[in-house]
Formats: sequence, C-alpha cells, structure tokens
Amino acid sequence: MTAAGLATPDLAVDRLVKHFADHHAVDELSFAVQRGSFFSILGPSGCGKTTLLRMIAGFTVPDGGSIQIGGRSMHGVAPNRRPVNMVFQQLALFPMMSVGENIGFGLARRGVDKARRRQRTEAMLERVGLAGAAHKRVDELSGGQRQRVAIARSLVLEPTLLLLDEPLGALDLKLREHMKIELKQLQASFGTTFVYITHDQSEALVLSDHVAVMNHGRFEQTGTPQELYYRPATAFVAGFVGANNRIPGRITGQDGDVAELTTAQGWTVRARRSGSVSVSDAAEAFVRPEVASLERAADRLPPDHVQYTGQVQSLLFDGANSAVLLNEERSGFEFRVALPQTGRFADLKVGERVSFGFDPQRAICFAANAHG
Amino acid sequence: MAEPLSQGLAQRAWQRRLVLAWLLAPAVLWLLLLIVLPHVDLALLSLRERIAPRVYRPSLTQYRTFFVEPLYWQVFVRTAIMSALATALTLLIAFPVAWVITKVARGRASALLFVLCLIPFWVSETVRALGWLILLRESGVLPALLVKLGITPVPVELLYHDATILIGLIYTSLLFMVVPLVSSLESLDNALIEAAYDLGANGFVILRRIVIPHAAPGITAGCIVVFMLTLGNYLTPTLLGGKNSQWFTELIYTQFIVRFNWEQGAAFGFLLLGLSTAMVALGLRLSGQRFVDVMRRA
Repeated sequence: MTAAGLATPDLAVDRLVKHFADHHAVDELSFAVQRGSFFSILGPSGCGKTTLLRMIAGFTVPDGGSIQIGGRSMHGVAPNRRPVNMVFQQLALFPMMSVGENIGFGLARRGVDKARRRQRTEAMLERVGLAGAAHKRVDELSGGQRQRVAIARSLVLEPTLLLLDEPLGALDLKLREHMKIELKQLQASFGTTFVYITHDQSEALVLSDHVAVMNHGRFEQTGTPQELYYRPATAFVAGFVGANNRIPGRITGQDGDVAELTTAQGWTVRARRSGSVSVSDAAEAFVRPEVASLERAADRLPPDHVQYTGQVQSLLFDGANSAVLLNEERSGFEFRVALPQTGRFADLKVGERVSFGFDPQRAICFAANAHG
Repeated sequence: MAEPLSQGLAQRAWQRRLVLAWLLAPAVLWLLLLIVLPHVDLALLSLRERIAPRVYRPSLTQYRTFFVEPLYWQVFVRTAIMSALATALTLLIAFPVAWVITKVARGRASALLFVLCLIPFWVSETVRALGWLILLRESGVLPALLVKLGITPVPVELLYHDATILIGLIYTSLLFMVVPLVSSLESLDNALIEAAYDLGANGFVILRRIVIPHAAPGITAGCIVVFMLTLGNYLTPTLLGGKNSQWFTELIYTQFIVRFNWEQGAAFGFLLLGLSTAMVALGLRLSGQRFVDVMRRA
C-alpha cells in the first residue's frame, strides 16, 4: 500500500479549469488516481464530469491547469498520442468492421504486423470470454458482448489509463447489474487503472476503490464508497449518494456534537453535526432509511433512539430494499424507513399508527449553504 | 363461422391491392408512355435502314457506321472520359463542402451553407451557362481583369476549352453530389471519429477506414446521378465548348434535327444508354456495392 502510494500516480490533475460561455464546467480541480485503482467520478448530469473526461482523453483543451498521465505532461498531446483509451457512452464500435478488425484497429495504427495482430486479438477476445467471435459483425453481438468488445478494443493497447464514459447507461437493468460485476472482474484481472464516470450512485459504489462526487465543476468529496456513504462531507454528498431522508429546518439547540433541528412545520429532530452550526442557522439533517427503526409499540424501540409517532402513508415493497413511507404525526413530514428483512412487518397496513426513531449519532446535520 | 371470416379477409386483401394499383397507376403510366414506348420505337428505328424513299429494311448499318466512322466513337469515348473526370472532380469538391455542412458548421450556419449550394439552382441552366459566357468570353469580365492585372498582355479567349466545359459541368452537378453526401455524412456518429482518433488513428486513416466506408452509398449515389446528368447534358457543353465541345449528345441532336437521320440518331441514343449503364455497373462493381442498397440508403 505504501509502495503504491509513493509511486507516481497514473493520473494527476492539477488546478484544471474549463469554462464555457456562461459557466465553469470544471473549476480548479485537482486530484490523483493511483496505479491499478478503479476511480469513479459520480455526479448529476451537467456537473462537468464529461468535460473532465474529454480533457483527460484530449478531445477538449483545458483553459488552465495541467494533466499528467503516467508522470508525463499531456499539454499539447493529441488524443491519438496519449497513453489513454476511452470506452464511449454508445460504445462507438466501428460498424464497417468485424469484431476482430475493431480490436485490431489500434494495434494496426501502432504498426503491429498482421500475424501478431491476429494473435493478440484472439488472445484478447478469449480473455473477455468472446473466443472465436473475431469474424462476427458488430451488429450480430448482444449488448453485453458489444460492451466487452468495446473494452477489449481499448485494453488490447495496454493503456496507462482506461476512461469509461457511462458505458452501462444504454443497457437494460438486468444486463447492467450483470455488467457491473463483469467490469469489476475485468478491471481486477487486467490491473489497468480505470477512470469511470457515471450519474448512477450504485454503479460508482459497487465498482470503485475510490469515488469522487462532483457538483458544479468541483469535487464535493473524494473517498472510498464506505466513507461517502457513512461519512458524507457535504449535504450534497449526503443527498446524492444512497437513499436519505432530507430534513430541512433551523437549528434550535446544541448539545456537544449533536444539534437539534426544527422543521418549518415544527418537527424537532436531533443529529450529529458536521462542521460548525449555530442556533437559528438554516440547516439540513439527513437520516438513512436503514438507520431508522420501526416498532408497533414505542417501548420496544432502542432506548437511545428519539421516539416519534407516524402514520403509514404507503408501502414500497421491493424485496430486500422494501421501505415504508410514514407521515410524522405532528408535522406531517414524510419520512422513509427501511423494513427489516425478517418479514416482521409484512402485514403492515396503510393508515396504521406506528412508532419510529433513530440514533442521533447516526444521523448527520449540515449548515445549509447556497449551492447545497 | 370460419368461412365468412376468411372470405372477408380475402376481400379486404383484394381491396388493398386495388388501392395500391390506383396509387401506382400514374407512375406506371408515366413509365410506360414516356419511357418504355418511345424506347421501343427508337429501338425499332435504330435497327432499320432506308433503301428508298419510304422503304426500309431491318439492318445493323446504323451501329456499324458508329464503329466504322472514327469521329463518332472518338466523340463517344471523349464524352465518357470527360464525364468520368467531371464526376471525380465534383466528388473532390463536394466532399469537403458536405463535410463542412455536416461536421464543422453548427445549426443555422450549417443550414445557411446548404442554402448557398442550392441558390444557383433557382436560376435556369441556360441563364447560368450564359453567365459563364459573360465572364469568360474574350471581351468578358475575367479576360479584361487579367489584362488589367498585367497577367496577360491582350484579352485571351477563356471559352471553348475542355477546362471550361469541365467547370460548367461541375458547377451544374455540384448540388446533386452535395445532397447525398450530406445525408450520408449526417448519419455518421461523431463518436466513431473520436473513437478512431482515440485508438491512435490520424486524419487520413479516419477518412479511409471510417468516413469513406460509412459514406460509400452516398458517394456512389452522387456519382451515379452526376455521371448520368453529365453524360446526357447538352446545353452546357454546347454553350461553353462551342464547336470544340464534341459532346455525344450533340451528335444525337445533329442526326435527329439537322440530318433528319432518325435511324442513326436512335442508334446513338441506345449506344449512350448502354454506355451509362455499363459505367454505372462498373462503378458499383469496383466499389463492391449493390444498386438497390445504394438507392435505398442515399
């Protein structure tokens, strides 16, 4: 770990800037990606992640800052001369060529002779589980197979860095779940550094070693998926990564690291504060649905939980992800609680009165800011 | 129960066929009356020989004359070569134009450029050719300009050269090449170009391996149309080339109108038809494409 940490990062971005007519697409961004890691950039559409990726690939020229790949500055280096390859959103396989020609395309550009090319193409196809498909036409392949060809076409060039631009976006849900696992396995077996951009938090959490959450051209937080999920640094991260109950209100009290927040409708909750907040500040508390617990009788809730009463508004059955939407009794605030997987609440009815609560230490509270 | 149902279905199918026949009728009539019938008549004309006033007999003399008389087949070959050259040059000029319209210009600029290509066609071909006459004749605008700039001591005649004919033909044909090229380049996903670039290709390789294969049906369709229009053009070669033009359509015109030798003219007409068919077939064969595919995708 130390050795890897000390080695030159495969990608080092320093104070990178790109602005279009009216806004900063990428705003003074600096980060590094270590060799062999799977790094995701997660953000809503329009956050600047595609611009960032295109600057790394060389298709867009930055307005300022620097990009180093494998320790080499990429200033003025054209895309066809960078040790970087990209898997495009719509894959961009060449329909006028066979699968084998698609994979051999980059090798041919490097002057690899025909026999070596065929050999390496075959070997690569075998590694991605498509042995013998070299002569096939691109449109004869299924969605998942095309995905693998697109990745193989890039990996056969042994790039320092593989960029992936939401490559799973075009697939249907079932295939997407499957390809997630496959991508992770491919990355592990090749050991190539992956930089992956997506707006899908589940893709980012499942696949990555490190995730950067991007918003308005900046990284809100960079960390492991666990860090982002359990210790979000900003209200945006808390709201964007994973499901969360967002409770806006004003601070009405403080007790050590726990702040008390009251909503406009008068519901008071307690949550661990992140950063400094002071009384009467506007703030937001976040409580994950699985942090809250649900009981029919208030006295069965854990003693450290603050207790509330609510009415079941609707039941959201989704197998292991089932949840219930409650209306807090006094304020009518809509609150989501995950249902335990024991099936204990399988008979819950809409309109039923229940007790719920959560540990304030596992809820988090941020001062509300302008762009949160 | 089953019987009346199937009868009803059969009747419905018959009705549908009737509607289709009615809709196709104008096109079929047009083809039959204006294309097929005259050609049958011309074919019969070309295969006979006049031996006395109003006395004819079947013969291949008209076709024999074409091969025996060097002027005829030389003009024929010259027309074919010049047309092929004009088609190739039109492609070379139209391709960058179509590229700029589809891939470089955006939105309104792209539409405006396309309209600029179209505007010359609001004027009739005759007027356009006469415009060239005003520009290029010895006492015209361009020779006067050359004298004023001191490039030539006296005004030179810029009309009646092969180059002049080519310029006129290219100018007339440009739009017919630009339109199919634009439509085939428009459907080329920019990501394919970027992907090729990303995989290490340079501009030339991208053009050869990605752009041209993708645009091939458009290129072929444009070439077929331009070649046929050029080969059968009468006005532009006559006006810009004068007596030097030696265009095959002029020979046909002469036979029909001046010499009143319809038999010979008909034979020439069929030879020209054969030539254009053969050249198109050759072009399709060389580029490995099928006519139906080209016409459908263009």
